[in-house]
Amino acid sequence: MTRTNYDGASASSLHGPLADRPANPAVGREVPHEAAALHVTGAALYTDDLITRTPGVLHAWPVNAPHAHALVTALDVSPALDVPGVVRVLTADDVPGINDAGIKHDEPLFPTEVMFHGHAVAWVLGETLEAARQGAEAVAVDYEPLPSVLTLTEAIGAGSFQGARRTVSRGDADAGLARAHRRFRGVFEFGGQEHFYLETMCSLALVDEGGQVFVQSSTQHPSETQEIVAHVLGVPSHAVTVQCLRMGGGFGGKEMQPHGLAAVAALGATLTGRPVRLRLNRTQDMTMTGKRHPFHAEWEIGFDERHRITGLRATLTSDGGWSLDLSEPVLARALCHIDNAYWIPDIEVHGRIAKTHKTSQTAFRGFGGPQGMIVIEDILGRCAPQLGISAEELRRSNLYAPGQATPYGQPVRHAERLTAIWSELQQRAGYLDRVAAVEAFNAAHEDTKRGLAITPVKFGISFNLTAFNQAGALVHVYKDGSVLINHGGTEMGQGLHTKMLQVAATALGVPMSTVRLAPTRTDKVPNTSATAASSGADLNGGAIKNACEQITERLADVAARMINCHPADVRFVDGVVTGIGFADRQLTFAEVVGAAYHQRVQLWAAGFYRTEGLHWDAERMQGEPFKYFAYGAALSEVEVDGWTGAYRLRRTDIVHDVGDSLSPLIDVGQIEGGFVQGTGWLTLEELRWDTTDGPNRGRLSTQAASTYKLPSFSEMPEEFHVHLFERATESGVVYGSKAVGEPPLMLAFSVREALRQAVAAFGPGGIEVDLGSPATPEAVFWAVEAARRGRPEPALAASAASEAYAAGNHSGAEVSAVSGSYAQA
Amino acid sequence: MQGRVPQESAAAQHGGTGVGSVSVNGRPLGLGPVGGHVTLLDWLRSRGLTGTKEGCAEGECGACSVLVARPDGDDRTRWTAINSCLVPAAGCAGQEVITAEGLGTVDALHPVQREMAVRGGSQCGYCTPGFVCSMAAEYYRPERAADQHATAGHDHEHGPNGFDLHALSGNLCRCTGYRPIRDAAYALDRPADDDPLHQRTRRPAPPAAPVTVTGDQGDFVRPADLAAALRLIAERPDARVVAGSTDWGVELNLRHRRAPLTVAVDRLPELRACTADDETIDLGAALTLSEIERRLDGSVPLLAELFPQFASRLIRNGATLGGNLGTGSPIGDSPPVLLALEARLVLASATGTREVALADYFTGYRQSVRRPDELITTVRIPRPLAAHTAFHKIAKRRFDDISSVAVAFALDLDGDRVARIRIGLGGVAATPLRARATEEQLTGAPWTREAVRAAADRLATEGTPLDDHRASAAYRTAMLRTALLKFFARTRGEVSA
Repeated sequence: MTRTNYDGASASSLHGPLADRPANPAVGREVPHEAAALHVTGAALYTDDLITRTPGVLHAWPVNAPHAHALVTALDVSPALDVPGVVRVLTADDVPGINDAGIKHDEPLFPTEVMFHGHAVAWVLGETLEAARQGAEAVAVDYEPLPSVLTLTEAIGAGSFQGARRTVSRGDADAGLARAHRRFRGVFEFGGQEHFYLETMCSLALVDEGGQVFVQSSTQHPSETQEIVAHVLGVPSHAVTVQCLRMGGGFGGKEMQPHGLAAVAALGATLTGRPVRLRLNRTQDMTMTGKRHPFHAEWEIGFDERHRITGLRATLTSDGGWSLDLSEPVLARALCHIDNAYWIPDIEVHGRIAKTHKTSQTAFRGFGGPQGMIVIEDILGRCAPQLGISAEELRRSNLYAPGQATPYGQPVRHAERLTAIWSELQQRAGYLDRVAAVEAFNAAHEDTKRGLAITPVKFGISFNLTAFNQAGALVHVYKDGSVLINHGGTEMGQGLHTKMLQVAATALGVPMSTVRLAPTRTDKVPNTSATAASSGADLNGGAIKNACEQITERLADVAARMINCHPADVRFVDGVVTGIGFADRQLTFAEVVGAAYHQRVQLWAAGFYRTEGLHWDAERMQGEPFKYFAYGAALSEVEVDGWTGAYRLRRTDIVHDVGDSLSPLIDVGQIEGGFVQGTGWLTLEELRWDTTDGPNRGRLSTQAASTYKLPSFSEMPEEFHVHLFERATESGVVYGSKAVGEPPLMLAFSVREALRQAVAAFGPGGIEVDLGSPATPEAVFWAVEAARRGRPEPALAASAASEAYAAGNHSGAEVSAVSGSYAQA
Repeated sequence: MQGRVPQESAAAQHGGTGVGSVSVNGRPLGLGPVGGHVTLLDWLRSRGLTGTKEGCAEGECGACSVLVARPDGDDRTRWTAINSCLVPAAGCAGQEVITAEGLGTVDALHPVQREMAVRGGSQCGYCTPGFVCSMAAEYYRPERAADQHATAGHDHEHGPNGFDLHALSGNLCRCTGYRPIRDAAYALDRPADDDPLHQRTRRPAPPAAPVTVTGDQGDFVRPADLAAALRLIAERPDARVVAGSTDWGVELNLRHRRAPLTVAVDRLPELRACTADDETIDLGAALTLSEIERRLDGSVPLLAELFPQFASRLIRNGATLGGNLGTGSPIGDSPPVLLALEARLVLASATGTREVALADYFTGYRQSVRRPDELITTVRIPRPLAAHTAFHKIAKRRFDDISSVAVAFALDLDGDRVARIRIGLGGVAATPLRARATEEQLTGAPWTREAVRAAADRLATEGTPLDDHRASAAYRTAMLRTALLKFFARTRGEVSA
């Protein structure tokens, strides 16, 4: 199947533009995950599976501080050394290089100031895990407790912030609000999310036979893990190699946070001369590593007579935890996504990062995008009944139209896809009949109500920071025609390696079975970006394609001589090399490769890719930071039990734009998985810290699978239909595809909004429904109670709306004064 | 080949020696010096069988699921999936275990593995071996063929092939959103006749031979019979008694508690009877919840309503009523139900037996009248059973969650009046309790909306609920109230029908 060339990118004689597909490509085929057979048989190896293959391994266990904030006044390791099996205790004194786990120099690896409950102040190495644990218990630490800031309310009140403040604005927000027909304002605070990758953090470090430090790590960012290990050890990067076999899930949680742990293992290995394994158990992982940022939002919005948004003013405050980590770019993405899919002519949105004595919050699928988008979706869901129209109509009538641009100045290319997806979804899901059925059900049932909601997604693809949008790859063709590829991306379950095998097979024109992909290592492809921002396939696919095309270009010369045709007429398809018009002169790929070797033609290549056309002014928050937008929409139906607030997700329909899919089975898996993970964030997953003044202040009380509940089978939609938007070729991207990792998570807003609809059905209608986030059964129950009373009221326990904003707390309160006065903390 | 034929002869080769072997994937594997502190998961991984994973170490995620050969009556075997992170490895001496590695290989996938692989049932793959084992247990479940006709198309939790989705309720996946896993489960055919694991089910399970292990990883003893067990715990007050070890395993892994001696009572024949006459139904305290569920087969509707909501299938395959009552937890799910059923407990010690009403059993937070030298042997449910019953579990998640509030009702009506009502509560006080004031108020009262509303207000005052990470005290109180209203609505439906 050949694709039409939509973009004007220059093409070599042999290869078309990046988006073009050759005949019979391996991309676009529905293939299972490349490691599926290994997964199901338990043969797939993860970092911790390597320890039984590694003799003499030492085990590491942290000494966790029992305070949210304290000074370490004394640290005596000698009692630990008396514990049988304890080999060494690592402290700040052991660090030959820089005592920091990050790149911003605000994350001491061995701290003297405890910044959160569970902060590791030292690490014990033991012959067994049991010995290391007992050793950690024996380490004597004196602390001087200090006052702590835990909640966003406390941080805002105390003025505890960190990092840069940013503002996205366009036009005049005051003027936009002033010309509104109706204005509303409110406050909304919503929770974070634990990654709960099934495989917890793990590193295995050793000094290998060549004297280099070799670290196997479950990391999304091997290059940065390498850099941090090197700076902690005080050695150049070339002295450290990091390998990631695969991860048992990452979701952003392993973008930054594995570095310090890998550095501890590496430090232990260099000091003891023995391999060191550092694996966090679930409680340690939840206690010590960062999560999705909780946010506080304060907003004011205006609508004209036709319910079009006229202006928005808002302040977003993220809870960054104790150090910056990725909080600044997360905030930037939140600010760049508060518009979601809606045209907001006049807008001013401020962002700031609170500093609290909690884990350092980090990347999590969506990277601030969900936190920005939930604010506008919450606003529209609350305001629709007060405007007297359906939420569906309010959303639809504010969708971007072609020709419009985002508040940060990027044209919304293919905005027409939003309305096309919207209508296709409604048609596929039988929307109008379903609305009638829900109304009929609700009329017939007093204590059970159903709700139906549709929400859109527009998500910008590329790293906001332009420099990260580059990638490398290494492709080797051996004399027998077999192919080995390496690239800078990591596999965490998202199917990147599968797609890369498909890209290589397509670009070389060989069967997938002849291509093998070797584990990600920093000594193969250097200076890689994190596998993050959904960009893994775009970037690394571009680099692999580039490397393959260098090789086929050389092979084409060889084959052309063998076939007696022009090199530009040589075609590589499924392991067969032919020339146009020379159907009878078929050569095998291996024959051509063999000939090339004897002619001393290079059979390997290093590929490189940089995303073209990006620019971004991080200070002014203006530019075109994204290569393109991924679009989608979801329609969800829920049923709420008014007695308890418990609910079921009856059905979800999704239409999502992945461009021309590289790998449909993988892409559908990403969409479904992202959706359910987003549903978990919005409905079920609740991080609770001890915010009392008691002895456990600052302790995470939901630090285990038994107290922090992920979606299980009972939370998946009972009926689940995912459709990939068709005729969606994305020009300028590898084989016309689009990124898929993050955007589908935000399709889950449809569930939250459907819950709001169902809750509203318990009441008289026409009033705002305030729903806590996560919308746990308890939060839904309180919202139902409020709806039944016929007046809005913040959910009692779930909505932690700040008391400091009590005046504005009854969110959606209509602003009567025309004044643009706006409370700023 | 789909799994090798397990070795059945290993069981007889040890007992009381401190060393033994486990048949793993059809091959005997020496246990080595593993004491009571070492879990089956850690032992398997230490032997290079790293397919089985640790995800949470508390029996919540199922990444550690493996199959064990358990008795299915006297002459057959049932492949039973359990959380290997919770059970002591020493207790598996002489037993047969199958892990994902033993079900099939990359070149010869087991049908369950094949469906999971081709349908996109794995993404990161870390939870996958556990899912495969849980799914395989359901694949081999002998009743599945019959259920195929009974339940097909009835709800969203049973497949057209009779697959009960609750078999996977103890497995968490963070990647897929579950749809492809459900599709894989629902696509499974019947096991082939020559499937060795299927054939294995037609022969008796390995007996649980006595075991004694001593050493620096904690002593472990599986006594030969009840008398030996009672003698041992009378001598050793520091002994930790375990059946499924689903509670103790969590203490071991997460709170790092260590017992000098672990005593396994899960296979004592005296604790595994299930009998019924006109007066009572006797349930052996060491029967697993799954076994009780199968044996009662819906004959006690209130228990039938409880079981699917009690933890997960993986946990129910190990957990026992004796353990759920023995820990004395205020948030166990069986006590409210057994209180409403007016159950009595038979307690045995080396010096004799006694019977106590469950309502008199709990004395404080994790405290009971049971002495350290006593074992619960039998849970005795009096007959006749109440005509109308219901169990309301309030939790964040429908499958496999701990209740924030649990309420059980057992009601008999005399015309439109309440002849007798029993209400058991969990999660609202330091112990499970009976809502006696509400029971009293309703007894003899008309079963009407007005009377029930008044009683619901009373019910809301019973107990002293707390605020915690599961729920607020206000919500717990509200749930007590609405539970009765909801129960009333349901019985009206039943009565009019």
